[in-house]
This record gives sequence, C-alpha cells and structure tokens, in this order.
Amino acid sequence: MVDLEYLKKNPIQKFFYRFGNFFRGLPKAFANFFKMIWRGICAFAMRIASVFQEVYRAAKYGDWKTRMSFVVMGFGHITRKQVLRGFVYLLFEVIFILYLTLFGWKYLVKMGSLGDVAMAEEFNEELGIFEYIYYDNSMLILLYSVLTIFFICAFVYMWYQNLRTCNVLQEMEEIGKTLPNTKDAVRSMINEQYYKTLLAVPMLGILVFTIIPIVFMMLIAFTNYDQVHMPPSKLFDWVGTENFETILGGSGVTGPAFAYTFREVLIWTLLWAFFATFTNYILGMLVALLINKKGIRFKKMWRTILIFSVAVPQFVSLLLMSQMLAGEGIVNNLLKSWGWIEESIPFLTDGVAAKITVIVVNIWIGIPFTVLITTGILMNIPADLYESAKIDGASPLRMYMKITLPYMWFVTTPYLINTFVGNINNFNVIFLLTGGNPLSLDLQNAGQTDLLITWLYKLTYNEQNYSFAAVIGIITFVIIAAISLIFYNKSKAVKNEEEFM
Amino acid sequence: MEANKTKKLRSKRRVERTSNAVGYVILTVISIIWIIPYFYLILQSFRGEPGAYTTYLIPKEFTVDNYVKLFTDKSLFNFPRWYANTFITALFVCVIQTVIVLATSFALSRMRFRGRKGLMNLLLVLGMFPGFMSMTAVYFVLKEIGLTQSLVGLILVYVASSAMGYYISKGFFDTIPKSLDEAAKIDGASQHTIFFKIILPLAKPIVVYTVLTAFLAPWGEYMFSSLLMFGDQTKFNVANGLRQMLQRENIAQYFTRFCAGAVLVSVPIAALFIWLQKYYVEGVTGGAVKG
Repeated sequence: MVDLEYLKKNPIQKFFYRFGNFFRGLPKAFANFFKMIWRGICAFAMRIASVFQEVYRAAKYGDWKTRMSFVVMGFGHITRKQVLRGFVYLLFEVIFILYLTLFGWKYLVKMGSLGDVAMAEEFNEELGIFEYIYYDNSMLILLYSVLTIFFICAFVYMWYQNLRTCNVLQEMEEIGKTLPNTKDAVRSMINEQYYKTLLAVPMLGILVFTIIPIVFMMLIAFTNYDQVHMPPSKLFDWVGTENFETILGGSGVTGPAFAYTFREVLIWTLLWAFFATFTNYILGMLVALLINKKGIRFKKMWRTILIFSVAVPQFVSLLLMSQMLAGEGIVNNLLKSWGWIEESIPFLTDGVAAKITVIVVNIWIGIPFTVLITTGILMNIPADLYESAKIDGASPLRMYMKITLPYMWFVTTPYLINTFVGNINNFNVIFLLTGGNPLSLDLQNAGQTDLLITWLYKLTYNEQNYSFAAVIGIITFVIIAAISLIFYNKSKAVKNEEEFM
Repeated sequence: MEANKTKKLRSKRRVERTSNAVGYVILTVISIIWIIPYFYLILQSFRGEPGAYTTYLIPKEFTVDNYVKLFTDKSLFNFPRWYANTFITALFVCVIQTVIVLATSFALSRMRFRGRKGLMNLLLVLGMFPGFMSMTAVYFVLKEIGLTQSLVGLILVYVASSAMGYYISKGFFDTIPKSLDEAAKIDGASQHTIFFKIILPLAKPIVVYTVLTAFLAPWGEYMFSSLLMFGDQTKFNVANGLRQMLQRENIAQYFTRFCAGAVLVSVPIAALFIWLQKYYVEGVTGGAVKG
C-alpha cells in the first residue's frame, strides 16, 4: 500500500492496517533473528577453522622454540625476550594441570551420574558407634564440573593464543624485526590494548557471578533438585525435560496444580507489567504537562513535592503503604471513624482488590518518577506544532493524542521497553507491598499477586525447589528476550527520524 | 467590531482563568495525596501511645522515645548496626561499581577491537535473565568459600555484574567527539591518558550519576540481602531489618520504632537525591532516551 492510500483510510481502518502489519511483520522479525543466529554460527565456524589453521602452521613451520610451546606454554616467549608474558602462560598451565588432576577431574567424571552414594552409615570401631559418612554431593559435583569445563575452555583458548603469538614472534624474528620486549608489552597494555586492561576485572566478575551461575542453573532445570533430593544427605539426578513438562504441560502428580499456577502467574505478570508501565507513563506525562502549563505558577514547588517521593528510598514508601492499607491500618480506621464504611476494605487481602491496590500504589510510586524524566523532554517539543494546531482549532485532548503522545512515544521507546522489562522483574513493589499474598488454595507455592520473579524467589527461599525455580527463570528469560526482540525490531522498523526534525 | 473583539478576548481570558483554577485544584489534591503518607510516617515516629495502628491521624502524645530506643534498646533489633552495614556496603559498592562501569563504558565506546559487538550483545542477553536466578548458584559458591552472612559477600554480589550497566554511560561517552581523542593521540597521549585527562573531565554528569545510583541502590535492596544474610540479624541492611519490625509478632511493639527508623534512613538519602537530582535526570534521559 502506498502512503496516499494509507492516508485516505479512516482511523479504524488505519488501526487495523497497522495491527495487521504488526503481525505480518512478526515472521520477518523472527526470520531476521534466526538469520542473525545463523550468521553468528557461520562466523564462529570460521573462527574455529582459523584456530586449526594456526595450530597447523605452528606444527608444520614452527622452529623448535615454537614447537616446544605445544607442551610448555610460554616457551617461545621466554626464549624470545617476552619473559613476563611467557611466565604468565607457564603459570597458567601449571595451575590448570594442578587443578585438573588434584581437584577438577574427580568431579568431572561423575557429572553424568551426579554421584552414586550420598551418605552411608558406617561403624566406627574406635568409638564403637555408627556414624554417617558423606560421600557424593550432587550439587558440588555439578558446580565443580561446570567450573572445570569453563576452566578447560579457558585453557584451550590460552593454549591457542600461546601458539598464535609464538607464530607471530617467530615470523618477526625471521624477517629481522626487533622483537618487542616486556617493557613494550606493558606499554601496549595502556595503549593499543588498553581495553584488555579495562575489561579484565569487569568481565571476570561477569563470568564468575553471572555466566557460570546461569549455566549451572540452566543445568539444574534438568535435574530433580528439590527439598526431597537435598544434598548432602540425598542425591539428585538428571530428569531430562520432566520439569518443563510439569510446569508447562501439567504432567505428573503435581503437574496440573503447577501448570495452573504458572498460567495464572504468567497472565498476572504480563497484565501487571502492561498496566504498571502505561498507567505511570500516561498519567505521569499528564501531570508533567499540567505543571508545565502556561499560567500555572510555583512550578518548582509542585515538582519538588513530587520529587520528594522519588527521593525517599522505595522500600520505605512501600512498607509504609502496606501498613497504611492493612485491614486495621490507618486508612480503614479513618474511613470507619468517619462513618464512610462499616467493614474494612480488603485492600491487600482480597485477590482482585490486592491486584488493583498494587497497580494503584505503583501509580503513586511511579508518577513522580515519570514527571522527573519527562519534564525536560516535554519542553523540547517544538512549540509551533501546538500553535498551528491551535489555529486549526484542535482541542487540548486532540493535541495531546496527536502531538504529545506520538512525539513522546517516538523519543522514549527505549525507555518504555526498559521499564516494561523492569516491571516484569519488579520484585520490590510486589514483595514489600503484598508479599505476593493473598494466598490461594489453587496456587502452588504462590499468592495471587505473585509475579514470576517473586514466585521464583519463594520457590528458592521457602521451598528450596531449585529445579522448578530454574525452570521459571529460564521461562522468564525467554519471555523477556521475545518481548525485547519484537519491540526493538518494531521500533527500528518504524523509525522515521525525519518526522519531528 | 472593536467591542466584539475585547469581549472575545475577555471571554478567552475567563476560560483560561478557570482552566488554571482547575489545574491548581488538581495539583493541590495530587500534592496532598503524595505528601500525606510521609506526613503520617513522621507523625507516627513521634507517637507516644503504644500499639501498631490508631484510629486517628494526629498522635495524642508526642515523644522522641522511638528514636532514642532505636539506638539504646538493641535486645531484639540492632538498628545502628544495620545502618552501619548499609552505609559501608553502599560506600564500597559506590566506589567499585563506578570504576567498573566507567572502565567498561570507555572500552566499549572509545576503543575498537575484535569481538566488541559480540560482547555488547552478550551483555544485553545476560541482562535478560532474572538476576535472582543466578543467585542460587552464587549462594552455593559463596557458602563454599565462607562468604555468606558477610558484608564482603554482599558487596561482591552487588558489584560483580555491574559491568552490565554500562549502557547509560557508554551512550554518554559516544556523544563526546572522536576528534578530541585523535588530537590527543597525535600529541602522543596513550589511551590511558585520554581516558583520565580528556574523557573523564568531560563526563562529569555521568560520573556523578553513576556514583549516585551506585550509592543509593544498596539502601533499598531487599532480595539479595535477605537471601545472603538469612539467619544473622546483625548483618542485615536497613531494608531487610526494618521489614522484620513489621512481622506479625513484632508489629504491635515496634511499629512506631519502624517509623522512626524509616525517617532516619529517608532524610539523608532524600536530601542527597534532591541535591543531585539534576545529574540523575540527565543520566536517565541521556542514556535511555533517544532524542
């Protein structure tokens, strides 16, 4: 459809056209995504190929110094002036071999079975009593196996780097270039290779505290690690995709209850994220517009009053609200003493009421934040847009719908996506306000206002049901990834940067 | 004709005046709704009568006992200790996180190297996992090396993954003209010098933003602290500790003290935030908004 045809349509047709377009665009977005993955795989394969090439080169054309580096890492460096670097390689190799033989190996071999005997009763002849002796700890076996696998990968990478740099050094020597010594290496670490210096610690932190734990938890999702399989007294074992089948498909004894809970929690999580994001966004913007309005005085005062509640730590506001809205809290008490109500309003104790309360309180928490963020941007909207709209006789509502919202929508899409994703994982508001309650008999280990993230927390903290918690974590990831992917793609596709310039 | 025009003008002015009046009414109502809970909090913190809830807003008897008892009666809840814990945590997190975030952002923004794009995508994808998911494994590791129930462990957990928050400051670094780097490079400056002598002085707003958010985060964090410090009340942070005062068995006795504690936490934090809010807004709108 060309632009002219599109403009001729009435708003409802336009809406349906865009609606249809969105879904028509979905396959393409997914296709692009998979194309991207495929390209990534290809690039990765090329890298692997070049690794083998480099190793082959070192083996075929390398002199004895280079060939020695196959076994003694860093040998080529030490004999070619790069003493420090060589010793770092060597040290790494020694540590790796010690780790693997003394420690990692015995865990790695048990990774398939996750241990055979957890605990045995044995007779202690010296004391004349039976004792419990602990043998295999499935959790530690899995944890150290993952650690060992990462260590092995790191070693292979270092070994390859060692050969590659050896090749370079040998080549430089052959064509008679002066070899860079240790001092040059240090200098390059604060210059051309400065990024390595900068990123070393941050990436180590991410590797140890994010990547390895995530891999570990993804593996846990395929085991039966829960309260009845708790090391060190019990073993847990691989169960394949059983947990996913239980939670998603409702198979097994506890399956239907878990599947039902998952559905309910998921629907509420998405509803919550939607309402929490857009009520705050739209209402906050309206308040900001009101304060910005020509003729309203004491702008700074109004703003400061609102900003005050952003400044107070959120947990204080939330705990305070949970107390004020309690059954015997001040709000109910005051309403009763004024004779407005007879019975307490179950703000936090009735399922539906609690959901509404949570969203309303979140509006109370969130509006000042939106005001703070949007005030500056609102002032940037070219005033002549409004002027000409006014001359054409547009009402304030129309101007808001046709100028303010589209402009803000255009400028703040990334912020909105971040907020939406943040709300899916908004632990604090739910947990400190309602604790996920009220409880319901139909829901497995979850209350009626629980989000996926608070359910995950409860499964971990209260139930020690780690395998299900891991499944929930993975599902949350998939949902967030899908949403981000679709919206980022959409926002790029509709990006028409000239529109407001 | 002339009379008609002034009439029109006058009626227009009247419309404007009423719309402004409505605006003032709405703003006043909004302000009251936003201020009243904090007003209530402060009033309750000075309340002399015992018990959790009252049926009236203004206390009958004012006292500073609740504040005094927070610091003297440490039999069940050690508030000064929580305060110190949180402050120490915030201080360390603030320094380490700022260094990590700025270093990562500089490397990703000003330098070009192989795998840069891949690294950025990796960090983006990792950020989509719920942070709590990896916590179970981290907890086991920390337990193995004896760092649960310790502030060192908590600080490690807070700062270890902070490189994933590079996004905002990288966005800011991207806006600094590349020609500055090039000029400095011609004069023989190393990347290290460029970072410290050129980029950092120009990036003051984002440095303040990073420091501010890093310092504020531990004051309201509940999730990780509650898991890591489980069973040792002396290591709690304020959020975790104050929530204990509201548990069913404590609330009757401790509600007013909770209010006093909340005031003591809120006042310095709110003051700090309001003082530096300009940088906060600049940071959030600069990084998360394209404009």
